[in-house]
Amino acid sequence: MDKSVNNKAWFLVLPVLFLVAFSAVIPLMTVVNYSVQDTFGNNQFFWVGLEWFEEMLQSDRMWNALGRQAIFSAVILAIEVPLGILVALCMPKRGVWVSVCLVLMALPLLIPWNVVGTIWQIFGREDIGLLGYTLNMLGISYNYTQSSISAWITVVVMDVWHWTSLVALLAYAGLQSIPDAYYQAAKIDQANRWKVFRYIELPKMQGVLMIAILLRFMDSFMIYTEPFVVTGGGPGNATTFLSIDLVKMALGQFDLGPAAAFSLMYFLVVMLISWVFYTVMTNLDKRGGA
Amino acid sequence: MAKITLDNLAHSYLPHPKSEDDFALKELNHVWADGEAYALLGASGCGKSTLLNIISGLLRPSQGRVLFDDRDVTDAPTAARNIAQVFQFPVVYDTMTVRDNLAFPLRNRGRDEAYVAARVQEIAKMIGMEAELDQKARGLTADAKQKISLGRGMVRKDVNALLFDEPLTVIDPHMKWALRTQLKSLHHQFGHTMIYVTHDQTEALTFADKVVVMHDGRVVQIGTPQELFERPAHTFVGYFIGSPGMNLLPARIEGDIAHVEGAAVPLGHGYGALSGKVEIGVRPEFARLSADEGLPMTIRRVEDVGRHKIVRAEVFGREINIIAPEGEGIGPDKTRVSFDPDRINVYADDWLVPPMAQRSGPVGEAA
Repeated sequence: MDKSVNNKAWFLVLPVLFLVAFSAVIPLMTVVNYSVQDTFGNNQFFWVGLEWFEEMLQSDRMWNALGRQAIFSAVILAIEVPLGILVALCMPKRGVWVSVCLVLMALPLLIPWNVVGTIWQIFGREDIGLLGYTLNMLGISYNYTQSSISAWITVVVMDVWHWTSLVALLAYAGLQSIPDAYYQAAKIDQANRWKVFRYIELPKMQGVLMIAILLRFMDSFMIYTEPFVVTGGGPGNATTFLSIDLVKMALGQFDLGPAAAFSLMYFLVVMLISWVFYTVMTNLDKRGGA
Repeated sequence: MAKITLDNLAHSYLPHPKSEDDFALKELNHVWADGEAYALLGASGCGKSTLLNIISGLLRPSQGRVLFDDRDVTDAPTAARNIAQVFQFPVVYDTMTVRDNLAFPLRNRGRDEAYVAARVQEIAKMIGMEAELDQKARGLTADAKQKISLGRGMVRKDVNALLFDEPLTVIDPHMKWALRTQLKSLHHQFGHTMIYVTHDQTEALTFADKVVVMHDGRVVQIGTPQELFERPAHTFVGYFIGSPGMNLLPARIEGDIAHVEGAAVPLGHGYGALSGKVEIGVRPEFARLSADEGLPMTIRRVEDVGRHKIVRAEVFGREINIIAPEGEGIGPDKTRVSFDPDRINVYADDWLVPPMAQRSGPVGEAA
C-alpha cells in the first residue's frame, strides 16, 4: 500500500487546539492584556507597559503574602511528609484491616474544600466549637479570629488533617511494592529497624515521595478555600496567602492591572518550582532511583 | 560452618492440617553434612523453597526440629542463626556503595572498622569486584548484584551455611555459567556448607556434590548426579532428570524377565513377586533401534540436536524416546527397540525395586 505524504494529520489536532485555546490560552492572554494596560471603566484601556509589574515588585503587600505563603508551604510539608510516612509504616501490610485503613485514610480526601473549612470553622469556635470551647475551658487562650497564632495553628492543623492521608497513601503504595526478600535479607544482615527504614524503605519510597512532595507543595502554594472560609485571611493579614490576596485585589478592590501582573508572576513562580521538581525527578529516574 | 540436621521435620501452611495432602513439606529426616554443596531440585511448588525458608528461619516448621551442629535452632530467629541467603532477585542496598554493602552485616554486628575494611577487601577479591568497590550498588548489572549478595553472606567468617534460592533466574544465560563456575570454585576454596535451590537440572547437577530431588512435598532421592542418572529411586527422578527423561513401560515381572504387553524383555537381575503398579524404566541413552530384536516400535519423529538424534517413537501405543548416535542410519527397517538389560530399572508404585540379590527394602524410602 502506498503511503500518501501530506499534512492532513494536522487537522486531527484542531479540536484539541480549539479546546486548549478556550480553556487556557485565551483566558491567560486576557490576563496578560490587563497586566500591561490601565482602565477607567467604559472599556477604555491605556497602555502602561511594565508599570504594574514594577509596582507589584516594589509592593510590601505582595512580598509579605509570598513570605507567608512560603512559610505555610514549608510548615505543612515539614509536618505532612514525615507524619504521612509514619502513618504508612504503621498501617497493616495484609489482612482485612488493610481495606478498613485505606477507606478511613481516603475519607478526608473526599471532602470538598469549603466543607473542610466550614467543619474547622465551627470546630474551632470558642462559644460552640468542641475544640475552641475545650481549649479555652482548659485555660488555653485560643481564638482564631483574634490571635494570629491561633489562626495559623488552625489553618495548619486543618491542612494536616485534610492532606496527610494523601502522603500516607502514596508512601504506603511505595512500601507495599518492596519485595519480602529485602526484609529477609535485612534480618539476615542483622539490620535494626532504623537501618531497614534508612536503607530499604526510604530509598524504595523515593519516587512516590517526590510525587507526594510535589503535589502537596503545589496544592498548598495555591491554597485558597479553606483559610478563606475559616479566617478570611485574618486576623489582620495574618493568614492572607497569595491566592487570598490576589482575589482581594482583583475582585475586592477591582485593581485589575496590578492583580493581573500579580497573577502572572504567581504563575511564573509556580511554573518555575514545578520545573525544578520535574528536573530533579527525571534525574533521579535516570540514576535508577525511583 | 555447621552440620544441619532436620529431625522429623514437616510443614503445613494450614493451621490444622488433617491429611498428609495438607502438608507442603512432608515429614523428613536429613543431615546436611558440614562443608558439602547440595542442590535442592524440583518443579515449582514442590516444597523446596519452604524447606529453605525453614532452614533460614524465615518460616517456623509445623513439626520437627532444625539443629545446627547440636544446637536446636527451631525457634531461633533468622538473625541468630548466622546463615546467609542469596535470593531469586538480587537484594542490594541501592543507595550504598559496594563497599558499604559488603561491610553492612559486619557493622551491624559492631565489628571494629579496621577488621571490617580488611575483611571487605578480602571478600571483594574473592567475588572479583575490587574495582567496583566505590561505585553505588544501584547502577550495577544483575549478576554483579547477585555477587554482592553472595559477598554479604560470606563476609561473616562464622557463617553457618550459604543458602541460594534460584539465584540465577534473572541472570543472562552467558553469565549464568560463569557465576556457577565461580560459585563452585569458592566452595572448593572455602568449604562453606551450601544449599542451592533450583528447578534447573543442569544447574543442580553441575553445582552440587549431592542433589536432593523433591517431588510433591517429599524428598524422593538424595544422590550424586551419577546415581540420579543411573538408578533413579522414583519415577519422578527418572522423568525430571535427563533430557529427555526416562521411558516407562507397564510390565509384569517374572524372575529376570519383564513381560510388556505379552512381549518378553530380559532384565539383568532377578526380582521377587511384585504387587501394585509395576513398570520398567529405561533411559533413552540405553535404548537402541534394531531391525530384528526387542519390542515392536513405530518411529513418529526424529529430532537432530547435533551431537545425537532423539527418536520419538511408540511402543504398544506408548510414547518412548531413544537416543541414537549421530552416525546411525535410521531407515524403514528399524521397527524394533531393544534395551540394555543391565540398565533397566523396575518400579513398583513409582518407587525403585532393588533386584533380588541385593534386596534390602525400597531404596528411595530411606530418604
